[in-house]
Amino acid sequence: MEFFKKYPKTFQWLFLLVVFFALCFAIEVPETYKFIRGQAEFVKDPNQSSYVFLGKEVRYYAFDVFWRLPPLLGWLPIWINDSLFFLMNEWMPIEVWNEDTQEYKSRPLVLQISRNITAFMTFLIQLIREILLGGLETIVAFTSWDWIDKNPWAELPGLPWTIVAAGAALLSYKLSGKGLALFAGLTMVYISIFGQWKPSMQTLSFILVAAPLSFIFGLGLGIAAFKSKRVEKALYPILLVMQTMPQYAVLVPALVLFGVGDHAAVIITMVVAVPPMILLTILGLRAVPPEVIEAGRMSGCNNFQLMFKVLIPTARRDILIGVNQVIMVCFSMAVISAFIGAKGLGFNLLLALNQLNIGLALEAGLCISLIAILLDKMSLAWANKQEDYFGNLTFFERNKNLLFFAATVVIGLILAYIGTFLFKDTFNYLFEIPHNKGISTADFWNKGVDWIFETFFVYIKAFNTWLIQEVLQPMRALYLRMPAIATIVLVVGAGYLIGGIRSALVVCGLTLFIALSPWWDRALVTTYMATFGVIVSCTIGFTVGTLCFQNKHSANFMLGVCDIFQTFPSFVYLIPVMMLFGITDTSVLIAVIVYATIPATRYTIEGLRSVPAGLHDAATMSGVNKFQRLTKIEFPLAFPHMMLGINQTIVFALFMVIIGAFIGTEDLGQYILKALSDKKGAGIGLTLGICVAFIALIFDNLIRAYVQKRKKHLGID
Amino acid sequence: MSGPVIKCENVYKIFGANAEKMLKDSNGNVDAKTFQENGCIVGVNNASFEVAKGEMLVVMGLSGSGKSTLLRCISRLTDATGGKIFIEGQDLLQLNNKDLIDLRRNKMGMVFQSFALLPHKTVVENIAFPLQIKGVKTEYSISKAMDMVKLVGLDGRENYFPRELSGGQQQRVGIARSLAVEPDIWFLDEPFSALDPLIRKEMQDEFLRLQEKLQKTIMFITHDFDEALKLADRIAIMKDGIIEQLDTPANIVLNPATEYVRKFTEEVPREKVLLIEDIMDKTKDNLGDLKVSKDEIIENVAEKILTQEKSVAVVDNNNDIIGSINPAKIINTVFGGRKNNI
Repeated sequence: MEFFKKYPKTFQWLFLLVVFFALCFAIEVPETYKFIRGQAEFVKDPNQSSYVFLGKEVRYYAFDVFWRLPPLLGWLPIWINDSLFFLMNEWMPIEVWNEDTQEYKSRPLVLQISRNITAFMTFLIQLIREILLGGLETIVAFTSWDWIDKNPWAELPGLPWTIVAAGAALLSYKLSGKGLALFAGLTMVYISIFGQWKPSMQTLSFILVAAPLSFIFGLGLGIAAFKSKRVEKALYPILLVMQTMPQYAVLVPALVLFGVGDHAAVIITMVVAVPPMILLTILGLRAVPPEVIEAGRMSGCNNFQLMFKVLIPTARRDILIGVNQVIMVCFSMAVISAFIGAKGLGFNLLLALNQLNIGLALEAGLCISLIAILLDKMSLAWANKQEDYFGNLTFFERNKNLLFFAATVVIGLILAYIGTFLFKDTFNYLFEIPHNKGISTADFWNKGVDWIFETFFVYIKAFNTWLIQEVLQPMRALYLRMPAIATIVLVVGAGYLIGGIRSALVVCGLTLFIALSPWWDRALVTTYMATFGVIVSCTIGFTVGTLCFQNKHSANFMLGVCDIFQTFPSFVYLIPVMMLFGITDTSVLIAVIVYATIPATRYTIEGLRSVPAGLHDAATMSGVNKFQRLTKIEFPLAFPHMMLGINQTIVFALFMVIIGAFIGTEDLGQYILKALSDKKGAGIGLTLGICVAFIALIFDNLIRAYVQKRKKHLGID
Repeated sequence: MSGPVIKCENVYKIFGANAEKMLKDSNGNVDAKTFQENGCIVGVNNASFEVAKGEMLVVMGLSGSGKSTLLRCISRLTDATGGKIFIEGQDLLQLNNKDLIDLRRNKMGMVFQSFALLPHKTVVENIAFPLQIKGVKTEYSISKAMDMVKLVGLDGRENYFPRELSGGQQQRVGIARSLAVEPDIWFLDEPFSALDPLIRKEMQDEFLRLQEKLQKTIMFITHDFDEALKLADRIAIMKDGIIEQLDTPANIVLNPATEYVRKFTEEVPREKVLLIEDIMDKTKDNLGDLKVSKDEIIENVAEKILTQEKSVAVVDNNNDIIGSINPAKIINTVFGGRKNNI
């Protein structure tokens, strides 16, 4: 009894666990229960129950309420779908002038708006694409097909790749220096020589449209939220869900509203890229010292001047970090958007993966990774670059870079012109190297993969079988064996013990939403895969992080590695694992582990580093050895920060599990993938996305509540 | 010039959700404790004072005493909860936004503890900023700013960015910026607190030199009593939002109004604060040959007086004898009246 009095929390936790297990054992598995592979509403089964709500019939398999809650929210996806359909096709018809038939036509408002946005986006993408690659549709948009037939000279020729490459190198030089310039130049040359120029430029044009638009919207909304508490409160929950929603899932509604293609992808990319921009804008503006604001006010600034001459320039770095985030999100969306028909590198990658042509996929993936690193480094260099004074420089010094670029343009054009003579009968390699005319190493890689399979097949298979039969299947069975009520009690109880009644209520709401949706079983499978990934990732991450922390150089090196790996779009990770492990659950899990280990390692090192130097010295002077210092001083103090790492690890793991559906898993992700090819998928896709976001938010809420308490207890910030 | 430049009447600043209602209910009797129990924090409690043209009022208090809040009420960076503030007869709290901006653009300058320079502008651009905000032509604003650069002794560094300057240099920019529009009223919020002692002393001297030249009306905030004594025409000592005493440095040292003020003055070296005038006797007989001015600080003439055997004559500006002082008085002032002396 003494013990419980001393540690009341331990007692409470024990009690919670006892209740949880009691419930698990008390509630039998119903005899009729099986993991439903198909979706209930599409299966006609005499055993199904059904109810009607809001005019929608929902069919489901009924179980004891303690075992599985009935899908009372089953109408939601159908309802979202029908509402969207109604909005698009019937609501508020307006008269629209049709240019071709020369008459007014009735069309629903939303459809018309989405058509207009779509047309605008298509125009923008086309414009940039044609500047980079050449084409005639932009000219046609201003004139007509007849006109262009008569004036073939007006067709945009596109920039020779030499100019783009030199431009990228020059820009990198201005932003950062020789190192980055060299990297930029080599990347561009690589892309061109290996015949990835066209898809790369298509992807780039996509980013050049999506990123600036996202920046403008994000900055605007961020400013609005900074100025008005009400706007911030309204935006906050949306931002939270958007940050944890798998990018995959938002593609589905975009499909319905804007159709298939680049324009839809750009719009949905903006939806994903704007939230981080908003958050960083708010963060940056908040970080402006109050005295600077007061100095602005005392200088007689009005509100407009205060915002644009004082606040935003002072918050420049944070806002540019936001731009970096926007660019990276845009890039990863550009890859994933291949699923809704966006052209570019992602499309080639998807195609190659579908054909199981690992070599081609690897080439596309390498291109994607290189461009990702380049974009990340360039935008970061921009954020960290400090202004130079240029008032008393000569004209040449001031416009040095512009002049250099003009010179490269001239040289590039001359080279391209010479190329027309050099390569008379073939393609002009100095202008653009076509997709299939570059050097390809695909065959080599494919042979390598074959060799790996032939040589190591036995071992890989044995490992696979062992993992699936001995670890994964039992774990999955355990998760599915949990009665719904027991899970809810456990989660809500944990919420109450960690964060009090408020936390418990939030967590309860989030869990109930999933439990009442038709996909509780699937959500359990998603959670089990994520849990497995997180446990392994955290173990690796903490160990590697702690070991690397012992030495300053290795710590810096590891952080650099994390930086680079983090810039890769998650999709890319599937290539090597498919290469090694083929199409199994193991592949997905390994991709999850690799991807989720990044934040675990990073936060471990950062957390250990955040321990104040004074304490470090104090501990040393108390005569601790290295191990004691680690366990007694550094770990306890770094723990809150490391917990935030676990938080990130969970989000990363969930994202990867969902994307892993592409390889084939039986969780929520699989349904999202299905919804993508389903005409009526919008509601299902969106609801599934929200379910995944809620899983992440449950853990997020618990961990954040814990970290806050712990930090307060330790007196850190 | 008629009337004071700054005039405060019963100014209150109370932070909290229903501060205004509570202030109204209290009928001017604000008790910090009861307010705190109701979730309100009292920043400034019933402050009334005037600052005349060309005068330097130093507001002294420890952190949390409400001195910065008081300054922000007068510059209207925050709105006072109750009371009236007049700037050259204009009711500050009645000004609309446009007039307030006009007032700041033409009449007020302010220097901040953390310098508050704009990181993306050079020294000269920072100084020209208030002028450019006003819509002054770039050419004129830059040449004006260059004058200011010279005034604060930063010539040659006008194209540096704030990040390239030391703390003292940064604050010089802050001072120059606040003077760029040639304001009549100058607010300084702990301008030298973030600087190390040697630089601080140098900046104080510099500041006195500037003030001698410019003769601005000044409100100067500090938590350093020595600094207050060195600079002030008058000192206001604040505690928990209340002005405990507002008087000349000599009077504060000689006649502390409250126990709190007395504690502050206890350790002050009197010879550095008091003037001969403050301690002289009115008797004019038995004088020696030496004469000292009544406006001398004791420290500066103590050695001279102590070497005399007779009393020393004290003279005013017209060299007329108005009193005397003897060595014993000096010794008594410097060493006497202290608790810890045996």
